[in-house]
Amino acid sequence: MKELIRALLAVLIVSFILIFIVFRLNSSQGYTSGNTLTIFNWGDYIDEDLIKQFEEETGIKVIYETFDSNEAMLTKIEQGGTAYDIAVPSEYIIDKMIQEDLLLPIDHSKLPNFQYLDSRFLDLPFDHGNKYSIPYFWGTVGILYNTKILGDRELTSWNDLWDPAFKNQILLVDSAREVLGMSLNSLGYSLNDKNKDHLQEAKEKIDALTPNIKAIVGDENRLLLQNEEAAIGLVWSGTAQEIMWENENVEYVIPEEGSNLWFDNMVIPKTAKNVEAAHAFINFMLDPEVAAQNTDYVGYSTPNKEALKFMDEEVVSDERFYPDEEMTSKLEVYENLGKRMLAHYNDLFLEFKMHTK
Amino acid sequence: MKSKSRNFYLIPYVIWIALFVVMPILLVLYYSFFDIDGQFTLDNYKKFFTPVYLKMTFSSFWYAFLITLFTLLVAYPIAYLLTKTKHKQLLLLLIILPSWINLLLKAYAFIGIFGTYGAANSFLEVIGIGTKQILFTDFSFIFVSVYIFLPFMILPIFNALDELNPSLVDASNDLGASKWTTFLRVIFPLTIDGVKSGCQIVFIPALSLFMLTRLIAGNRVITLGTAIEQHFLVTQDWGMGATIAVFLIIAMVLIMILTGKRKRGIL
Repeated sequence: MKELIRALLAVLIVSFILIFIVFRLNSSQGYTSGNTLTIFNWGDYIDEDLIKQFEEETGIKVIYETFDSNEAMLTKIEQGGTAYDIAVPSEYIIDKMIQEDLLLPIDHSKLPNFQYLDSRFLDLPFDHGNKYSIPYFWGTVGILYNTKILGDRELTSWNDLWDPAFKNQILLVDSAREVLGMSLNSLGYSLNDKNKDHLQEAKEKIDALTPNIKAIVGDENRLLLQNEEAAIGLVWSGTAQEIMWENENVEYVIPEEGSNLWFDNMVIPKTAKNVEAAHAFINFMLDPEVAAQNTDYVGYSTPNKEALKFMDEEVVSDERFYPDEEMTSKLEVYENLGKRMLAHYNDLFLEFKMHTK
Repeated sequence: MKSKSRNFYLIPYVIWIALFVVMPILLVLYYSFFDIDGQFTLDNYKKFFTPVYLKMTFSSFWYAFLITLFTLLVAYPIAYLLTKTKHKQLLLLLIILPSWINLLLKAYAFIGIFGTYGAANSFLEVIGIGTKQILFTDFSFIFVSVYIFLPFMILPIFNALDELNPSLVDASNDLGASKWTTFLRVIFPLTIDGVKSGCQIVFIPALSLFMLTRLIAGNRVITLGTAIEQHFLVTQDWGMGATIAVFLIIAMVLIMILTGKRKRGIL
């Protein structure tokens, strides 16, 4: 018993010493609560030079942490262990965070650079009036195909995927809304369709795609498509860009019927300690030159209209990643379908996966 | 006095079991009675008996059975040969070694090996068979699973064989039994406990495999484990996920009872 208590005391004393040391180290490096900014972003999703530039311009110390899925990010913010001042979730999670009251409203008067954003990407259903979120990057869902394997066959429509010539050549993503969405789009329905008959029709249509499907995979699709394991993939535009950097034989297309438009937006979580600095950072990232530099590094599409002027003409005029107004008008943002409807989507997707046998 | 202090030292274990064994199982059971909106319901159990989930249950059992069967067929001869070699402990260590490597790493390695341009297909090309699709097939799924579970099957069988009294085998030979009869009537019955615990250790996790179904089988094999993962992480329908887990727990208990060691004297 005595030994137990002694051991417990020893552990406590060591812990206190360590806490003291951490505190001293932090304050010696300028990490005091007044002037730090904690950012929570996707991995490799910012040009790190810009963080240095921001620190030099404002004297604010940045603590930068990364996550690899929206769900993981949400869990950490809900737990509230670390007080993040900025996070960069995707649109469907923002909707959820607003409903669960996890976000602080954004003070637009502190964001003079807000005017540079393209109005096409503002005031969307997941956050009307951009009260809680500011667009960071955006993209689409489309078809990636390998011209070396398929020859000069050009894909333009979702319906092209059902061609029997593509037997065992398609990699789908393991995500209900993307796969059912593809089918809904090909039938001319909305991506946010709540009509169960339409959904059943869409499910039966993808069942018919089974012979062409090689596999339904997660993030490893990038590697598989890059290594020409399959000729065709259903991918997000960001993934497409990354694969295109590595493999010259692939082509990306947004199908003519329309597709999904997704966003990663900057938000200020309720637990934020330095709201002032968070606004300063958002404004900094909206600066056209900064946004242009960041876009050059990350490679996704920027919502900043002015930034395009500072970027390579060839990139900006690339219709695959900067589609024109006519195309973007056909793109739909995912709406929050509600738990029940989302469960129905997932049940259908599970049935479809069972059908692949 | 002495038994009191012994009870005192038991406290950490009791707390451990209560917190990490009893509580989670009760929580799983509790959640299984709620629907997606948090209302009390028995619908999850009704839903489990629809064709989708029954088919999934059947395919989980079927694949787990195949995996266990092939693992046993490969493991028994290896374990038997191991007991006959000189450096058995060293060889045993070498066989167990791969299980120290993370499962995901091994799965990714197999994606490379079984890929269209991977080592396995280059070999098929050289011997004149030509490139075949190996990745994302039933074959690759069962092959990789057997590879991963092999050490867990070899160990208990090896121990059982090692403990076998060699004079029993000699006696059987002396009495004129053929090698096959000796194996069937003497060696195998005496090592059946090792086989049983090996099968338990393989069958139960194989029933709820989920990462491999996506990485190696490309979601063309759907097991109950895949469904649980989806319900908890994507749909956030914890009730349905928990219900499937309840059935898995029941299945596992049944398997433990069926394959458990029988009391001496009954057999």
